[in-house]
Amino acid sequence: MTAEAAKPPLAVADGGQPLLRIRGIKKYFPVRRGFLQRVIGYVKAVDGVDLDVGHGETLGLVGESGCGKSTLGRSILRLIEPTEGTIEFEGRNITKLDRRHMKPVRADMQIIFQDPVGSLNPRMSVGDIVGEGLLVHGMKDRKKRQKIIRDILEKVGLRQEYANRYPHEFSGGQRQRIGIARALALSPKLIIADEPVSALDVSIQSQVLNLLVDLRKEFGLTYIFVAHNLAVVSYISDRVAVMYLGQVMELADAEELYKNPLHPYTQSLLSAIPQPDPDHPRNRTVLTGDVPSPFNPPSGCPFRTRCPLAREKGTQNGICAEERPPLIEKRVPGHFAACHFA
Amino acid sequence: MATDLLRVQDLVTEFRTDDGVVHAVDGVSFNIRQGQTLGLVGESGCGKSVTALSIMGLIEHPGTIAGGHIMFEGKDLVGLNQEEIRHVRGKEIAMIFQEPMTSLNPVYTVGDQIAEMARLHLHMDRKHAWEHAIEMLRTVKIPSPEKRVSDYPHHMSGGMRQRVMIAMAISCTPKLLIADEPTTALDVTIQAQILDLLRDLQREFQMSILMITHDLGVVAEICENVVVMYAGKVVEEAPVRGIFNSPQHPYTEGLLRSIPHLGMTSAAKLAVIKGTVPSAMNWPPGCRFAPRCSLRFEKCVEDPPLFDVGGQQSACWLNESGRRATSKRVVKAGEL
Repeated sequence: MTAEAAKPPLAVADGGQPLLRIRGIKKYFPVRRGFLQRVIGYVKAVDGVDLDVGHGETLGLVGESGCGKSTLGRSILRLIEPTEGTIEFEGRNITKLDRRHMKPVRADMQIIFQDPVGSLNPRMSVGDIVGEGLLVHGMKDRKKRQKIIRDILEKVGLRQEYANRYPHEFSGGQRQRIGIARALALSPKLIIADEPVSALDVSIQSQVLNLLVDLRKEFGLTYIFVAHNLAVVSYISDRVAVMYLGQVMELADAEELYKNPLHPYTQSLLSAIPQPDPDHPRNRTVLTGDVPSPFNPPSGCPFRTRCPLAREKGTQNGICAEERPPLIEKRVPGHFAACHFA
Repeated sequence: MATDLLRVQDLVTEFRTDDGVVHAVDGVSFNIRQGQTLGLVGESGCGKSVTALSIMGLIEHPGTIAGGHIMFEGKDLVGLNQEEIRHVRGKEIAMIFQEPMTSLNPVYTVGDQIAEMARLHLHMDRKHAWEHAIEMLRTVKIPSPEKRVSDYPHHMSGGMRQRVMIAMAISCTPKLLIADEPTTALDVTIQAQILDLLRDLQREFQMSILMITHDLGVVAEICENVVVMYAGKVVEEAPVRGIFNSPQHPYTEGLLRSIPHLGMTSAAKLAVIKGTVPSAMNWPPGCRFAPRCSLRFEKCVEDPPLFDVGGQQSACWLNESGRRATSKRVVKAGEL
């Protein structure tokens, strides 16, 4: 990565210190083969990401499967240890903190998972699930814990009595509410929501999205909202980062990104989304082929093998193959794109 | 006007379990014309997939088709024995599923699996069937089909596997293709490819398609007519523009309002359908949507029939006296 100075300020407008600042985050998973389990290469799940997230901001991470958006989310929490890079939370570098020092930080950073079934322990009551974090972080007083649990269940739209029930007694939407309650219990500052509505039915999705919006307002939460559905992401997010093969391709205000996408990948992604409107004009750029494997990504710009712009300009094997385009500000302040031609 | 290829009439499919009878499909009727794409829309548990499996004759114990008719080219598929249904299934009516990995056999090459269809239904010999498989892979636009024909399913990406599934399904040029959430497991850019492919194939082979999906975007994109199901029943049926521009049933309207469109921001709250889908073991009496409906009134304790309101049908008592004025799409993309 180039020097810090060459990087544009990715922070939000207020100019103050961001809540979260990540620089040069990489996560390479080793691939081992053979009897000796020798490392034969790396899957570059996240390959050099810089982002700032302001206080109270919602940053959307969007991309197709395998683009590294979930790995990035988990790397930020250090649920997966990043291979390289730094994570600063409230101005403090937490990348190398040991378990003991990391623990209080974890109370401030929580996660909501996609699968509301797999992420709740079936043998624990809802109250125990929601209150576990409190116990771990030293709230020994049972009465106090129960009060918080009851309050939070109420906040997420569940009845207080549900504390004594078990996850299997609930529908998908309710389970997701339990997951949200668990994340809220420690009154965190940052919540990473990893595809929180993808597994839910359409009519339940909007309930959960509205809930997340309400809670953000009430508790002044900061979200990193990870999802593959661009309509959902841009609905809830202030800014959106579009990822492809472990890198950020474009970053802009949600509205700006939708109205004025600069990167050819974002443009084709937007045009590929089926609009719930039969009269919507269909002038789509259909991308040929599949996403290349992150085990062996293309050199230079990761998108060049499918890029209509590179094909048009005949640079697929020229500059686009030779140089990785930096993520730089283009045309409008705060609108970043990583493309040689955008 | 083309004739009806398939007429489903008052279909009732039940599952008799130890805990009670699950009325998964409870009196569903619709028709599909030749060359038409009909969308079957609804949330999980509404009975859309069971409807499809009933048409395919794939309902297994403890499930039974307890009533109704499935008329395919004038012949009733209900009551056919396994031998008879096998002549229809795969040849006349084919189906593709959501998860191509679990629907393909991992120990056979994709060529073997496509060729099997051709040998069984088209009585081709081994060599011709293999060539036919290559031809089918070419039809679904898989690059270098001569090479890919010997691949195993796990060699392929999700989008490629779905293409193989489609190649299998159309290998006997079926008259009806049932597509059960064919793009749900795929990324949007791949989904766009598959939808384009289905459209091209339909034009080429004059197939009818029954597209089962929960994604209203996919419906708007590919369907001409739409059947909306809720709790085992049809609540609305209409041409696609009717559904999107003036939904008559409150459930359809609620669904349309609850999805965020591109360009919406969280400044505008999403509409919500309260509560959850009821259990198929115990449907609410009267109108099954009533407990969640914001427009509920006294009449809703009775089960509403489908009212015809100008080419559109809606099972809501509000339509008893005709069309009601519903908002068009609430927020159009870009209006905010």
